Amino acid sequence: MNMFLETLIGGLLAGTMYSLVAIGFVLIYKASGVFNYAQGSLLLFAALTFVTLTDNGLPAIAAIAITIAILIATAIAIERFLLRPLTNRSPMTLFMATLGLAYVVEGVAQGIMGSQVRAIDLGIEDMPIFIGDILISQFDLTAAAVAITLVAVLALLFNRTRIGIQLRGVADDTRAALSIGIDINRIWQIVWAAAGLVGLVAGLLWGARQGVQFSLSLVVLKALPVLIIGGFTSIPGAIVGGLIVGAGESLAETYIGPFLGGGITPWFAYALALVFLFIRPAGLFGERQIERV
Amino acid sequence: MTLEAPTPQQPDLVLEVSGVSLSFNGVKAISDLSFKVAQGEICALIGPNGAGKSSLLNILNGVYVPDQGEIVFAGEHFRRMHPLEAARRGIGRGFQNNALFRGMSVIDNVIAGLSRRQTASLVEEALLLPRARRQERAFRDRARAVLALFGLEAVAETTVSSLPYGVQKKVEIARAIVAEPKLLLLDEPLAGMNAGEKQEIAAAIARLNRDLGLTIVLIEHDIGIVLKLAHHVVVLDYGRKLADGAPDTIRDNPDVIAAYLGKQTSERAA
Amino acid sequence: MSDVEAPAVLDPAIRFTPRVLLAAAGLALLTAAPFLASEYWINAIVVPFLILSLAGLGLNLLTGYAGQMSLGAGAFMMVGAYATFAFQLRVPELPLPLALILAGVIAGATGLVFGIPSTRIKGFYLIVSTLAAQFFFEWLFLKFPWFYNGNSSATISLPGGLSIFGISAENPHGRYFLTLATVALLTILSFNLVRGQTGRNWMAIRDMDTAAAVIGVPIVRSKLEAFAVSSFILGIAGALWAFAYLGSASVQSFGLTRSYQILFIIIIGGLGTIRGAFYGAFFVSLLPLALDWLFQHLLGGQIDAGLLQNIQKAIFGLLIIGFLIREPEGLARLIGWKAAAPIRNPFSRSRTRR
Repeated sequence: MNMFLETLIGGLLAGTMYSLVAIGFVLIYKASGVFNYAQGSLLLFAALTFVTLTDNGLPAIAAIAITIAILIATAIAIERFLLRPLTNRSPMTLFMATLGLAYVVEGVAQGIMGSQVRAIDLGIEDMPIFIGDILISQFDLTAAAVAITLVAVLALLFNRTRIGIQLRGVADDTRAALSIGIDINRIWQIVWAAAGLVGLVAGLLWGARQGVQFSLSLVVLKALPVLIIGGFTSIPGAIVGGLIVGAGESLAETYIGPFLGGGITPWFAYALALVFLFIRPAGLFGERQIERV
Repeated sequence: MTLEAPTPQQPDLVLEVSGVSLSFNGVKAISDLSFKVAQGEICALIGPNGAGKSSLLNILNGVYVPDQGEIVFAGEHFRRMHPLEAARRGIGRGFQNNALFRGMSVIDNVIAGLSRRQTASLVEEALLLPRARRQERAFRDRARAVLALFGLEAVAETTVSSLPYGVQKKVEIARAIVAEPKLLLLDEPLAGMNAGEKQEIAAAIARLNRDLGLTIVLIEHDIGIVLKLAHHVVVLDYGRKLADGAPDTIRDNPDVIAAYLGKQTSERAA
Repeated sequence: MSDVEAPAVLDPAIRFTPRVLLAAAGLALLTAAPFLASEYWINAIVVPFLILSLAGLGLNLLTGYAGQMSLGAGAFMMVGAYATFAFQLRVPELPLPLALILAGVIAGATGLVFGIPSTRIKGFYLIVSTLAAQFFFEWLFLKFPWFYNGNSSATISLPGGLSIFGISAENPHGRYFLTLATVALLTILSFNLVRGQTGRNWMAIRDMDTAAAVIGVPIVRSKLEAFAVSSFILGIAGALWAFAYLGSASVQSFGLTRSYQILFIIIIGGLGTIRGAFYGAFFVSLLPLALDWLFQHLLGGQIDAGLLQNIQKAIFGLLIIGFLIREPEGLARLIGWKAAAPIRNPFSRSRTRR
């Protein structure tokens, strides 16, 4: 029983990290209808920028401030040179464009800052601790706490601030939002910058765990099943989806893996997502679209 | 048994909609709607935007599933239609906003409407076996014949997205009738056209009805044309049937005048 | 027999249009190539170009013609390569051409299975299914030694080399002509398919699936056919990649990067055209060489290999974005013969939303 609980809790905590990555997707998808395949690359870019700055002797606070400034500039550039010229094009075209964007961001980031593995020390102990008689990673706990805080802050921003309300307007009905004078280009810039910030937080946490390296950008591949399960348009969906994937992976590797020769984590989340697709194509929290012809 | 001819009130029915209701996320689009369409007639559905006209056609095509009610088509009862089944049983459809295949030529759009007549398998087509060649020839001949009905032969090989809107509307009707449907559903075939184009399309629709005996259900806002073209008019408002009858009786129906005709015609005239 | 008149039916296909002449000239050039170019050029550049063209063609049928997004091209290539290996290893009596076809059929069946979700979901949601294929097969072919015959390096190579009905093709010309013949044959078959009702059904689904269903296009069958045919071609391309180009292959030869590469080929070359796959593959094969040459000459070979790779990556990304923005129909339109050709673009504009 303890082993089951440990596996489950470990999985759920890891799942909060998936949620964090998935939230970046949801923000962008809701505001601009783009499935941003470059989210993983932006995450890598953010973490790599931070590490490069601190490695060059900058204090962490200054490094974070500069990284955020660079992320905002990147968001503005993406809006100006990618989203705006592709306005009114099909979701598929936009998706392919973000695949191209992922290559640009990865190529530029690694070209300038190098491809070798870099370590980040966030000062969080990675020692397991006992809670009752269950062994839990302290790092995972901290990461989960950070993720939960970030989600709370985002929720507050979107529900209370002017920009947040405008953003929800754009997500609900782009045309109506435009007609009442909401500057959609600015909303896009803000949303992409916000997604970059979420990516920075996720990148730092993941980077502290496994080092800042190319494989960080592959978390995009983890977020996809999370979004399918939770629904592309819902932040609660991204959270619940992340937890389901995290717990599912962890339990499956422990209890099903041995019968299949192990190492099933890379595809298990996808198998799970496919099952969900058949049961609930719009995801747990997604909205079903009505077709009009 | 008498040898009396069928009474005029009971001609052969092609379509009977009975007690159909539909809602989207709890909002009623159609409530308890019933009406009948006789063989060989042009039945016009009129009513303000949001009255549920397009939704009704989508139910008949199987794009939407009604919450309640039943459809009787050619003597068979359906709780719901499936799009493919509707096409196979002979329900043709033209859409409100052109739903042509933008990247394909005019003739390819029309031939796509013949898919349910496809006999050659994928392998036969890949290898250009005799059956595939015969099918291709038959499809092309048929499509050209239908294009000729609309005077579209000259643009047969043109990509549809590069054609003017009015021409696209004709291609859309050609695609809908190429497989010889028993019932043709047209959603605002005259929308967005100038007066001359409207007359031309209306005449083409009347011809299809008269010469081919095609039963047509159409949605149209231009009351003048509807009253001339249709044999039978059904008036919808907020998903309910307001009136149902011959054009003359509709024109004189006070409810219709109050709720729709007077208001709309004055708006249109403006 | 009336079939004798058949060419009349295929009118645009058979006439000696500039495009047909171009294809014929290209084929003649490719046939003569081994006697004109060095062995290095043939085996290191022309053979992979042809195989990438074939893979691009396979993906283009699914994505460019039928409008179904896929990031799993590598997976189906992998299935074709491992299936060919299994046939050649375990059923040595089976001649190579037959083994290739059967491997293609297995890859096609695999594609069909992973295409089933396409009957329920649309657009980029579908990448979840094709990515599932990618990760599943990477795991499968690495996890179970049966698939690579327990080889210590987990790679596969044909036990008897390339051999066609007893004649060894395990030499530069043999590999080249096997590849050329396969690519030419499958290109012709694909051409026939996209000009027939099958192709029209695919394009109808791509351009507007709801309307396609309503006018009687069998959506489910057509989508599954697209997955099966696409994966059949990708499977054969994968087998050629493994055994006619690389000689020995592993799971890494068909990783996610390969899937991206094939997708980039058709975006750059032209979605929804046969010739686009060739243009795109040509471009993708030559760009790295050109960049390499450029940096060697400009910077005198002072550039680090890793940096060059990153620069290449960024340039590819920029090209993809640039093509999608400025020339969504790819090189196929730029190199088109009809300058005034009407726009023929699968994903040009989103549908009118109301």
